[in-house]
Amino acid sequence: MKKDGDKIIFENAADLPDMAKSMGTTRFNKTGTWRNERPIVDTDKCTGCGICWKYCPDMSILEDENGKAAIDYEFCKGCAICVEVCPVKAISMVEEEK
Amino acid sequence: MPTIKELTRTGDLFTSGHRACAGCGGTIILRLLMANAGKNTVVGAATGCMEVVSTIYPYTSWDVNFVHNAFENSAATVSGIETAYRALKKKGKIKKDIKFIAYGGDGGTFDIGLQSLSGAVERGHNMLYLCYNNGAYMNTGIQRSSATPFGAHTTTSPAGSKIKGKMQQRKDLTEIMIAHDMKYVAQATPHNWSDLSNKINKALALNGPAFINVLSPCPLGWGSDPAQSIQIAKLAVETLYWPVYEYENGKYKINIKPKKPKDIEEFLFVQNRFKHLKNEKELIDKIRKHLNEKWNELLNKEKCTN
Repeated sequence: MKKDGDKIIFENAADLPDMAKSMGTTRFNKTGTWRNERPIVDTDKCTGCGICWKYCPDMSILEDENGKAAIDYEFCKGCAICVEVCPVKAISMVEEEK
Repeated sequence: MPTIKELTRTGDLFTSGHRACAGCGGTIILRLLMANAGKNTVVGAATGCMEVVSTIYPYTSWDVNFVHNAFENSAATVSGIETAYRALKKKGKIKKDIKFIAYGGDGGTFDIGLQSLSGAVERGHNMLYLCYNNGAYMNTGIQRSSATPFGAHTTTSPAGSKIKGKMQQRKDLTEIMIAHDMKYVAQATPHNWSDLSNKINKALALNGPAFINVLSPCPLGWGSDPAQSIQIAKLAVETLYWPVYEYENGKYKINIKPKKPKDIEEFLFVQNRFKHLKNEKELIDKIRKHLNEKWNELLNKEKCTN
């Protein structure tokens, strides 16, 4: 069976498992490509409270070395919930570049 | 209870890469559920949005043992697993303490899965049943369910010139579960994060069945802005649309009592599913009256049981 990172490549029916079982997590599925707008964190304003982390539906808020918010652009779908919940308005949306 | 900072370092047991819509409330609930439940957990799912988006065969978004069964029997499946676990533990073949969670959407809980849920609760299995309630069958294209609120537009209760959306009130499943004489039943929203986290911990610590009904904002089905999901969940509590309360050992407790409740219109008109009600004063009065009656009933219940 061939693997491309986390993704398993199925070439024919024999590669499929013979029963319904999980062969890995969906982490191979980079949902960041869905995004139209990207969130940008202003690290000067960010207090590292963790509120955006609480409400992110895609687990895309990371913590940088200073304990402040950073965005995982591989999975962020650009819903902008973090922009709305930030108490100090440290996150803003900018249009995604091609 | 762990703090946010501690939770951020636990790693996500419900992983990224799931195919939920941007701004989905259900995934916020599930990741919080897993952050509190921990690694030694078995999760069973009814068919629904959160099952479809998290299990792309042969992958899943779950870093724990996960079982998917049909629409109606997530509670029955998990009761079976729990019974097998108890038998094996008695024989000494399993040493670990394992938690059992079943979840379903409002379709899989209010309508189709109600009898298996009722059966599992009556048998007293040690499990938590969590319902993420987005108020319709969103996964198959927004059909009405018995959790759909009065006046909401869905594809099977369309709003037209004569009939303005669904003309029946929603079912109060939380009260039905309380009528099973359960030890722990609660209602919550993802906005009140620490409250929901507390409730999940209480339910998992219990030796017996527990039920939590969580409001899950759905940008697609509700016709709302994905960025506003959390604010809408907040408005639902402030307008008395979704009371946040718990029932523990025979006692009601309302966790959040808005000091000055907002008018229901503030909640309705941020969603397109209610936009046809804009000039329907009578129907809005009907919604307002129903919610106020329910709220007063709840206040009385709290007073009577404490």
